Amino acid sequence: MNMRPYFFYTDRLTVGYDGKPLIKNIEIELNRGEILTLIGPNGAGKSTILKSITRQLKAISGTVYLDNEMLNKMTYKEISRKLSVVLTERMRPELMTCEDVVSTGRYPYTGTLGILSAEDKVKVRAAMEMVHAWDLRDRDFTAISDGQRQRILLARAICQEPEIIILDEPTSFLDIRHKLELLAILKKMVLEQKVAVIMSLHELDLAQKISDKVICVHGEYIERYGTPEEIFTSEYIRGLYGITKGSYNAAFGCIELEPPEGEPDVFVIGGNGTAAPLYRKLLRQGVPFVTGVLHKNDIDYQVAKDLACEVIAEEAFEPVSESSYQKALDRMKKCKEVICCIEEFGTMNRGNERLMHEAEKLGILKAAALAKPIHMM
Amino acid sequence: MTEKKRVGRYFSAFIILTALLAVLFVWNVNSGSIDLSVSDIFNIIFRRKGEEVSYNIIWEIRLPRILAVIILGGALSVSGFLLQTFFGNPIAGPFVLGISSGAKLVVSLVMIFFLSKSIILGSGVMILAAFAGAMISMGFILLISRKVHKMSMLVISGVMIGYICSAITDFIVTFADDSNIVNLHNWSMGSFSGMNWENVGVMIAVISVTLLLTFFMSKPIGAYQLGEVYAQNMGVNIKIFRIALILLSSILSACVTAFAGPISFVGIAVPHIAKSLLKTAKPILVIPACFLGGAVFCLFCDLIARTVFAPTELSISSVTAIFGAPVVIYIMIRRQQRI
Repeated sequence: MNMRPYFFYTDRLTVGYDGKPLIKNIEIELNRGEILTLIGPNGAGKSTILKSITRQLKAISGTVYLDNEMLNKMTYKEISRKLSVVLTERMRPELMTCEDVVSTGRYPYTGTLGILSAEDKVKVRAAMEMVHAWDLRDRDFTAISDGQRQRILLARAICQEPEIIILDEPTSFLDIRHKLELLAILKKMVLEQKVAVIMSLHELDLAQKISDKVICVHGEYIERYGTPEEIFTSEYIRGLYGITKGSYNAAFGCIELEPPEGEPDVFVIGGNGTAAPLYRKLLRQGVPFVTGVLHKNDIDYQVAKDLACEVIAEEAFEPVSESSYQKALDRMKKCKEVICCIEEFGTMNRGNERLMHEAEKLGILKAAALAKPIHMM
Repeated sequence: MTEKKRVGRYFSAFIILTALLAVLFVWNVNSGSIDLSVSDIFNIIFRRKGEEVSYNIIWEIRLPRILAVIILGGALSVSGFLLQTFFGNPIAGPFVLGISSGAKLVVSLVMIFFLSKSIILGSGVMILAAFAGAMISMGFILLISRKVHKMSMLVISGVMIGYICSAITDFIVTFADDSNIVNLHNWSMGSFSGMNWENVGVMIAVISVTLLLTFFMSKPIGAYQLGEVYAQNMGVNIKIFRIALILLSSILSACVTAFAGPISFVGIAVPHIAKSLLKTAKPILVIPACFLGGAVFCLFCDLIARTVFAPTELSISSVTAIFGAPVVIYIMIRRQQRI
């Protein structure tokens, strides 16, 4: 049989429940020191894949290879020394302190009665310190917050000294600080100890930033498999999640709400990132707007193209051209209000300065600080 | 709690349990239809000297009974602890899940069948019959547990199975027309009376081996407390482990039922008290504590059953229910609050 030069890989793996295939022909390939992330809509089968590659669920067909061995030919004990898991399953162990829960990670290494040696205890402590949870050691596991629980479970997985960690939505229930902390810990383990990580994530922005490889689970097959750069394009993510309200911005890795509908009667003069907060404010208030003239390399342009009804744009590094100026002026004259976010103009956006003066003459210019859409007044 | 405090707690818990066991042992030996002084008892037990009647009462009636109570009470509690771990349900136990009643049913059937042919059964056959019955009930419970995932539903199903088995047993006992059945009736209500040394010998042999095996399963049991999936990830072969757990708990509860009939609530109340006393659920500590606790609890209940309305003897289940059922109610209320 040909072995592939990967630490972990699957060969035509088909997974599902009760003999019914859900996702077919999964080919995952992962080296040590890499993070693979599964993304995809709810119910797409991310957890099913994770359960199948950890042997909780019998694969319908195909094989999983771990360190050149077939996973289903290995004993549970052999697997436990190489692979550890962090799951979403809620558990309520009775009368166990956090330290007790973490200690269970040492299970594969203790003797018949499972008594911890001094060395085991040191490793438990190290794992708990790594996730900043040593001060929780004597707390009852059921009495701590969801976020703390997640860190304890990660510590448990760490002190099992695995070569690969599999995590099912580890960032759910965590606040932003702990999300970042958790991912930083994973990144550290990956870089320093060359651990391999497979996880499912809901947060696309985090997935884009931390993953070496991304798998998109959608429909019967793995829809895409590649580096984050290949996967995270606005159109693809919109399609994958079937986003109809709002949009996904690949450059920022963030989502924007759907722009309000209707005939715009507010014109925003923006540029240099000054207008982006105003765009979002107008969106919140449900006011449709037009904006210009924006350079295509401006951060305002990135936001405006998802939020504005119309964007009058200029090529990057070029001064605002006469044609763009005229187009903007025509559009502006149809509006009841103009807001100028720019305080200082330069050679590149002279056109915008002229727009501002025109608006002033027409008596429809509002200062940015006082900017309130007319409806609100 | 620091490590030192925790260890201190474990020590004191075991010392308390052992002391209670010793006190209740003496108290049990000392109570009954004939009053004996402590020195008489000391002489009879350790120097084997004393009046013929007292000597026989101590050696042939009280001592075997007390030993049986200790062994069976302990076994029952450990069996309850195993079932609670298995089902992840703090109110699971051999009685509420109908396992004791299943054992009772088959033992009654076998007994009546052989009694009608005038064959008196040995302890071994009784245990086998009880084990068969326990496994039948267990089979039903396992089938149901696949369908229902709610804790309370499982227990209700178990209670129903128990009722069905008890109803059939009552039916058989009522219509069986042998005078020996009177004994059977007593036994089917649960009682520690009529133990002899042969019984005690068989009990010790079966239960000590089972308990030893259970104790050496502390490690996977501890892993299983985190849930099946984590246990598997720690290297436990779940299939084999589950079978082992079912067999061990069934053997223990079958053995108890074969000798003393179905005894209620000990299997739930004692593990709970043991865990609260130790403030941990680590099996390596809880299993021995359960055994000691079960022995203490049953000695206490049997003392009451024997002495309160003497010479009439209460059924042991009535007494254990009075003390055990409130504990179950307490566990359920506390669970409710936490969820």
